[in-house]
Amino acid sequence: MATHLRRRKRLSALAKVRTGIAGFDDITGGGLPRGRPTLIAGGPGCGKTLFSMEFLVKGATEFAEPGLFVSFEENQQELAQNVASLGFDLEHLVERRLLSIDLVRAEAREIEETGDYDLEGLFVRLGHAIDQIKAKRIVLDTIESLFAALPNEMVLRSELRRLFRWLKDRGITAVITAERGAGTLTRNGLEEYVSDCVILLDHRVIDQVSTRRMRVVKYRGSVHETNEFPFLIDENGFSVLPITSFALTHKASTERMSTGMARLDEMLDGKGLYRGSSILVSGTPGSGKSSIISHVVDAACARGERCLFFPFEESQMQIVRNMRSLGLDFDRWVSRGLLHFYPARQHQYGLETHLAMLHKKVLKFNPRVVAIDPVSNLTEIGSTMEAKAMLTRMVDFLKGRGITALFTSLTSDAQNPEMTEVSISSLMDTWLLVRNLESNGERNRGLYILKSRGMPHSNQIREFILSHQGIQLLDAYTGTAGVVMGTARLVQEERDKAEELKLRNQIDQKQRELASKRKAMDMEIEELQARFADESRELETIISAYRLAEGNLAEQRMVLKDVRQSQRNNGSGNGKSGGMNGGQYGSIRYNSRKERARVQSR
Amino acid sequence: MSNPDERWQLRLYVAGQTPRCLAAFTNLKKLCEEYMDGNYSIEIIDLLQKPQLAQGDQILAIPTLVRKLPQPVRKIIGDLSNTERVLVGLDLRQR
Repeated sequence: MATHLRRRKRLSALAKVRTGIAGFDDITGGGLPRGRPTLIAGGPGCGKTLFSMEFLVKGATEFAEPGLFVSFEENQQELAQNVASLGFDLEHLVERRLLSIDLVRAEAREIEETGDYDLEGLFVRLGHAIDQIKAKRIVLDTIESLFAALPNEMVLRSELRRLFRWLKDRGITAVITAERGAGTLTRNGLEEYVSDCVILLDHRVIDQVSTRRMRVVKYRGSVHETNEFPFLIDENGFSVLPITSFALTHKASTERMSTGMARLDEMLDGKGLYRGSSILVSGTPGSGKSSIISHVVDAACARGERCLFFPFEESQMQIVRNMRSLGLDFDRWVSRGLLHFYPARQHQYGLETHLAMLHKKVLKFNPRVVAIDPVSNLTEIGSTMEAKAMLTRMVDFLKGRGITALFTSLTSDAQNPEMTEVSISSLMDTWLLVRNLESNGERNRGLYILKSRGMPHSNQIREFILSHQGIQLLDAYTGTAGVVMGTARLVQEERDKAEELKLRNQIDQKQRELASKRKAMDMEIEELQARFADESRELETIISAYRLAEGNLAEQRMVLKDVRQSQRNNGSGNGKSGGMNGGQYGSIRYNSRKERARVQSR
Repeated sequence: MSNPDERWQLRLYVAGQTPRCLAAFTNLKKLCEEYMDGNYSIEIIDLLQKPQLAQGDQILAIPTLVRKLPQPVRKIIGDLSNTERVLVGLDLRQR
């Protein structure tokens, strides 16, 4: 178990030697395999020699590893000239015994083969050169030329095998370059001998734009990136750009940054943009996209933040001049080193190279804000898919570093602006749309926020005006006649004011009318109440009079009754005898009611 | 060291005393006796002892015979066992 673990550990720890080539060590997880040969294959002019030379120069200058460059093709002067353009001073390194250059020349027409031989001469020579400077690195560029010079391929092949073995035994990290063959990695099948690490360089031209790419085809015993990576060769040498679409793991900042336009900040939840987010300003030509991002850039510079500006349409001077008319003084930011411009035409490089350039500049300058104006030009170079892939990587890269990215994008008037940019808009956190709104013989600029992730934002269209005081955002006039801007807005405002006045007058009038009606009603009520009071008094008097009368009547009745009672007791006997008589009376009543009525009436 | 009167100036590069190098020397000696009529000089350079000399004559293969004179310089590689080819290489015989 323990042995197993130990062995695993030993196996996993493949020693690597850093090349010092920008980005390359990242994609290979630390550089080339130490003490082993690496094959660099590629077509003519793809940068094999430069890569190898930089490997040695960096080894000598940065890692104290002297290197031997064995050239089978160029002479020393040519070689020195070629790499001098990259800023390498070979002579100086040679003097300090950190670098040695050996030119091996073998020409078929000078050589006659007359029996058995081997390449011991080469071994001796290399061995000697290695010992002279205690070389730790060696480059064989391009050893394949021997195939043309030496007649016996069998011997050559077995000797090459021996050579690579020999280099391995000596623990020297070797780079062997080889021409790319048709359909094979190398013309002479060198990959058969050098199989620890194989790197392919490529230089292709698509639509008249050249792009350099690199790929690690194979790396025995090591994980490595398998994608193609763009690389640059410029005055600072070779640089590989380890740009891949990173996982979406970048930190999301909650910090906000002002756009430099108070009204716009207000529209964005009152706080402005999220730092490290991506912002797209799209619009028709002349709608003021550049002006908007220039304001954001200006505000950032004013806060002392570094900004990188990549214009694809205007030169630095032109931008500075134009922005001055908006009251923005870019010159002072440039002179303070806060603002850098990198103007380039989109067709100058391929997409990858553009990305690579941006990558490089960003790493060097370390800005907090990057502006690309306009990004739609980049989409002209490649297919939409390529452009999107490139933009994704660009956005990821910038976000990964917490850089706020500003993009402008041009939409044509005819297109629906919200449709055309679906491809890139999904990458954007905040999308501002500027439109020329045409009405009543005027063009006016309108701005609205199409989306802004992670914040409540205004849904209003604002009119914006470019003036010497910069950008002013106004409330677009929303009245009864819809959204109006510009002169029409002023007119409409006046008209609405008049309308309002008229209405107010009418209201006042009606209110007065109402008041007077109420007054009239109140008076009437009062009158009625008064009349009612009078009448009720009168009636009450009558009622009491009647009551009195009623009381008198009852009294009279009682008197009458008493009177009648006394009459009955004196005349026809008392009530009891009358009762006995009542039998007669009653029989009459029994016979007929009418009769009784007749009797009573009598 | 070399006599300017000598028409043939030859230099044989070897690496130690391997059978192949020894064979080359023997073959060369025989050939010179036969075709150069004593008018030659042979310089043997053992690269194991003087590795720095490999660069000057651009030596890769061992053994290599370099014809310094007469001009132009010619290089003949191998153990010189193929006499015909050696003679062609030395311009002693038409190709």
